[in-house]
Amino acid sequence: MAEERRFRSASGAPIALRRRQHSASCRELAVRGPRLQLRSLSAATSAVWLAAYGLFALSENSMVLSAAILITLIGLIIYLHFVKIDQESLLVIGSLGIQVTSSYASGKESTTFIEMGRVKDVVINEAIHMQKVIYYLCILLQDPEDPQGVSEVVPLFQSSKPRLDCLIEVYKSCQEILEQRKTAPQSS
Amino acid sequence: MVLKVFFPSCCSSADSGILIGRWISEQNAAVILAVVHFPFIPVQVKQYLGEVQRVTKVTVSVLGSWSNSKQEKEESLSEFLEDLGTIFCHDPWIQISKEGDSKFWSCSTLQKHSKNPQEEEIILVYYDQRKVMLSHLHPTLDTAGQGAEDASKLSAIFDTVARSQVLFMTDRYDEGPIKLTHWQSDGVEASIIVELMKQASVPACMLLTFLLSLVSGICRSRVLKFWPLSFLWSKLSTCEQLGHRLQHLHIISSNKKAQNQTQLMRKANIFVSLLIDVALGILLMSWLYRKNRIGHLADTLIPVADHVAEELQDLLQWLMGAPAGLKMNRALDQVLGRFFLYHIHLWISYIHLLSPFIEMILWYVGLSACLGLTVALCILSDIIALLTFHIYCFYVYGARLYCLKIYGLSSLWRLFRGKKWNVLRQRVDSCSYDLDQLFIGTLLFTILLFLLPTTALYYLVFTLLRLLVVIVQGLIHLLVDLIDSLPLYSLILRLCRSYRLAAGVKFRVLEQQDGKPLRLLMQINPLSYGGVVQMYRLPTYSCYPKDSWASLCKKLFLGELIYPWKHKGEKQN
Repeated sequence: MAEERRFRSASGAPIALRRRQHSASCRELAVRGPRLQLRSLSAATSAVWLAAYGLFALSENSMVLSAAILITLIGLIIYLHFVKIDQESLLVIGSLGIQVTSSYASGKESTTFIEMGRVKDVVINEAIHMQKVIYYLCILLQDPEDPQGVSEVVPLFQSSKPRLDCLIEVYKSCQEILEQRKTAPQSS
Repeated sequence: MVLKVFFPSCCSSADSGILIGRWISEQNAAVILAVVHFPFIPVQVKQYLGEVQRVTKVTVSVLGSWSNSKQEKEESLSEFLEDLGTIFCHDPWIQISKEGDSKFWSCSTLQKHSKNPQEEEIILVYYDQRKVMLSHLHPTLDTAGQGAEDASKLSAIFDTVARSQVLFMTDRYDEGPIKLTHWQSDGVEASIIVELMKQASVPACMLLTFLLSLVSGICRSRVLKFWPLSFLWSKLSTCEQLGHRLQHLHIISSNKKAQNQTQLMRKANIFVSLLIDVALGILLMSWLYRKNRIGHLADTLIPVADHVAEELQDLLQWLMGAPAGLKMNRALDQVLGRFFLYHIHLWISYIHLLSPFIEMILWYVGLSACLGLTVALCILSDIIALLTFHIYCFYVYGARLYCLKIYGLSSLWRLFRGKKWNVLRQRVDSCSYDLDQLFIGTLLFTILLFLLPTTALYYLVFTLLRLLVVIVQGLIHLLVDLIDSLPLYSLILRLCRSYRLAAGVKFRVLEQQDGKPLRLLMQINPLSYGGVVQMYRLPTYSCYPKDSWASLCKKLFLGELIYPWKHKGEKQN
């Protein structure tokens, strides 16, 4: 069963949170950011080409034009493949682990899977980002030597930066599953 | 508590039978390795499993039953399968059944000694057996067989499948009491090329070892150890590179099999790197020798050396005049200028003496490019060093002169203030000087101070020239290092067979149906290219400048000689 709700990101852009429950111990939470707008794409391309025409008018060298086309194409490909993140999702499977996926606009997906044994807790933290104080969700990893210590902090939803209301929803869903591992008796 | 069943996707269409695999009780997980079909005799199955356990050291046991009924569910079969649970006592006894071509299987467990009889949730994880068997999880845990409890869950699963290779050696065409289904049950796969290469590698290794021992014997002979020659070998980077490659050949041609994954990858990387290097070198050689390009190169070498010497002469004439509008001390200027001009004259004469032989020497030296592109680049760097030897000499003269002047100035400055450097205590102490000491000291101080701009200018000019040559040589060595240390085999493996180098796993949720267990697909998450290079980089012999910028500037200011690129084998001064 899937449900989708609209929220805002820290910078005011509209984002959507989609929750799916696959089974009693498996939940998927996906935050989708705004897609690439045709407006901004055309604006950037026109700016580059106007500059190239200006240079061509000054220097009478046609290489400037082909260089501008090449730069635009390569820049667009790099932006879509490495920079623009469309959707960030969190798949929590109780007793297996937590999987964090980022899907880029070109279709590339980069995934990290963290085993449940390494996860200490999922918390909402505050951070100072530029001139603002923002909230972010993060996974605390257990330190193998020190049971009380935290060895690493993995921040989630870094490119979409949802606000506190969205984060609370995600936090509640995660905690419901994480609690199951505390209540379930460990096998001897 | 959730029960996880790792099921190989190749067994999805297997006939009914019993499931064998490994039960990991700490994680409540069952890793299914194969399906044993009917008919079988339970005693023989237990015997076979005991043998497999002895060979692979993996606790393989019968975990449950699998029923694949093409038509409707057969009641008698399900009872029969439950009865099997009593013969092969395993707690919990897993029963998986598939009806027709349905994707959604029903999975249940029979717990005999269950403390809490509630229904536990079952997660069915499909995995590709061949890929998991061949893949290698990073970061590598080099503990051999110990600490399975400490190892992460995933590495336990990968380990189980990888070590059960002997189980996958029997296929359905073998005559035996046990009929198994696993990824190789349609016939054991092997590659003819790989087998042929394995057979051919043994005599090839022996031949290579013999040749290498000959070459090393020659290199170690006493003749080459006499002082001028040994000094020359240590200064030429070509010899270093050849020594490095010889070491690599030793590693490849050793008879010992690689113990673990890291060593195997290192050997393969060295082999591929050597091959590509030699191929590029032969390509370069064929390009150079076609249309006699090397003859043209030799013809242009002498005019280039002449041109450099002329430029240096012009520079010195400029320094002897009024360089950049500065007024130099005429006498010192003339002395230094004439001294350096005479050196250039000597250098030009030597070059002209050698000019008839240059073409022949270059022709034979160019042949050694077939040993590899790195060797050719090192030869280029050495030729540049030899051609700019006079710049190096000028830098050393200028630096020593400047250094002497600076030390003299600092010592006399202390005398000015009535202090002295105490060598014993390594500090500055006050000292009372006699009048005539003070007088001579002041005179010398004044002379040195007013001669400082001239010497400093010569030092500056020659240091800049020397730094230029050092930067060019440094760039060439950077390129050589890059070719030496790049793990090409690992990168090609990551490109073509990305499942072999695994950074972890990723799960994909498949279609679900209410009431049936959760279905997940486990895929291998390959290591990133940056991770591959970092993990499998080959070690090289050169280290990068260890002087920080601050100490480099200090050395330049004081006039100490700088050697920015140091090799690992050289002594530190």
